[in-house]
Amino acid sequence: MVQDLGRLKESPSQTAGPYVHIGLTPNHADINGIYGEDLGKAMVSDETKGERITITGRIFDGSGSVLRDGVVEIWQADAAGLYNSPSELRGDADPNFTGWGRTGVDWETGQYRFETIKPGRVPFPDGRMQAPHVTFWIVARGINIGLQTRMYLGDEATANAEDPVLTRIELQVRVPTLIAARDGDTYTFDIHLQGENETVFFDI
Amino acid sequence: MTQSTKSNLQPETGAFYQRDRAMHPPGYAPGYKTSVLRSPRYALLSLNNTISEITGPVFGHNMIGELDDDLIYNFAKPGESAIGQRIIVHGRILDERGVGVPGALLEVWQANAAGRYRHRNEGYIAPLDPNFGGCGRVITDENGYYRYRTIKPGPYPWPNGVNDWRPAHIHFSVFGAGFAQRLISQMYFEGDPLIPLCPIVNTIPNKADIDRLVAPLDMGETIPMDARAYKFDIVLRGRRSTLFENRKEGN
Repeated sequence: MVQDLGRLKESPSQTAGPYVHIGLTPNHADINGIYGEDLGKAMVSDETKGERITITGRIFDGSGSVLRDGVVEIWQADAAGLYNSPSELRGDADPNFTGWGRTGVDWETGQYRFETIKPGRVPFPDGRMQAPHVTFWIVARGINIGLQTRMYLGDEATANAEDPVLTRIELQVRVPTLIAARDGDTYTFDIHLQGENETVFFDI
Repeated sequence: MTQSTKSNLQPETGAFYQRDRAMHPPGYAPGYKTSVLRSPRYALLSLNNTISEITGPVFGHNMIGELDDDLIYNFAKPGESAIGQRIIVHGRILDERGVGVPGALLEVWQANAAGRYRHRNEGYIAPLDPNFGGCGRVITDENGYYRYRTIKPGPYPWPNGVNDWRPAHIHFSVFGAGFAQRLISQMYFEGDPLIPLCPIVNTIPNKADIDRLVAPLDMGETIPMDARAYKFDIVLRGRRSTLFENRKEGN
């Protein structure tokens, strides 16, 4: 016999279900008056530093149909490449930027949309710089455990080409599923849960 | 979420333990029909955490409204309250090391006592309760402890098999210290005969893990002549010490 490690096991995930909006975006679900504003709705204020951008897109299932009941969260660094988190020890992030956003997709079009700023670069554990990216987390009815992925920026081709994560993807033909095309100030990032253009999802 | 609340304790920066994917439900679980077209077919890309996953948003206690943790009253007209069995749900949010997670945001949502959700996509014939909204939130204290008050939700039928019913449950969403700890799941109630019949419950491969989502009745915390209590602990991923991380610049 040996000593017991004494560890607990993570609680098992269960789907967020069709009514996830009641809990996470109640105002979006027409439940008004409990919380003032849906948490994560506004990411930037006039004081936030950085280049204003819009991130938008839709989520598709394996039949090519658009999801109209999903919730999307994003997490990103500030313009200087610092996270607004106690675990960020490299410096103080922009106090006017939380770096976190959350929204339900549009009930009719399935579109999600974030008004944010272009993130700076952050290091990989070995010290190399990662290309600027935004972490995505997607939950919905039929998704048993939240799906995590990253959006990289289409106008950062040089940084993307040397990114430690993108270059590690064995099937390089799938890398474009993580890169959002830029048109003006808008990046469009469609997510395919399944099918020909299935997005690369992370176990991280 | 400003840095001004930083304590003198050095925050933890270690990577989170690898997630035990075999314990969680697989994405593709055909007994739950909606998962068939909404689950990835390719293998996930497995990576050690980077700073993008080790960090995560932190929420201050000051964002919580007075009635946010009281679903019996937070949507009710003055002088009225939600219909149903009054209960208190309490417990700790821990990580896999057994350490309480302080400052963790817990968001919950649920059906009313009749099993009906206040939602545009809801089709069940049971009535809405005009005094029940169905959401609440709380932030854990310095020991990872939380507590909220609500009514016990009802079970309800749902379109999957011809006659599938959800056991009574409360959905919950948790933020830990890092975005990699993000978790959504559901809490069930001790003694509910619908638990082993539910296709969503049964997306979890092992019964021992299902049992960890079932809250026991807690007569100790029950308030006499007022509300029964259920105790429910939630476990998030643990994290490594950073001392021996392979970093060029050291620690």
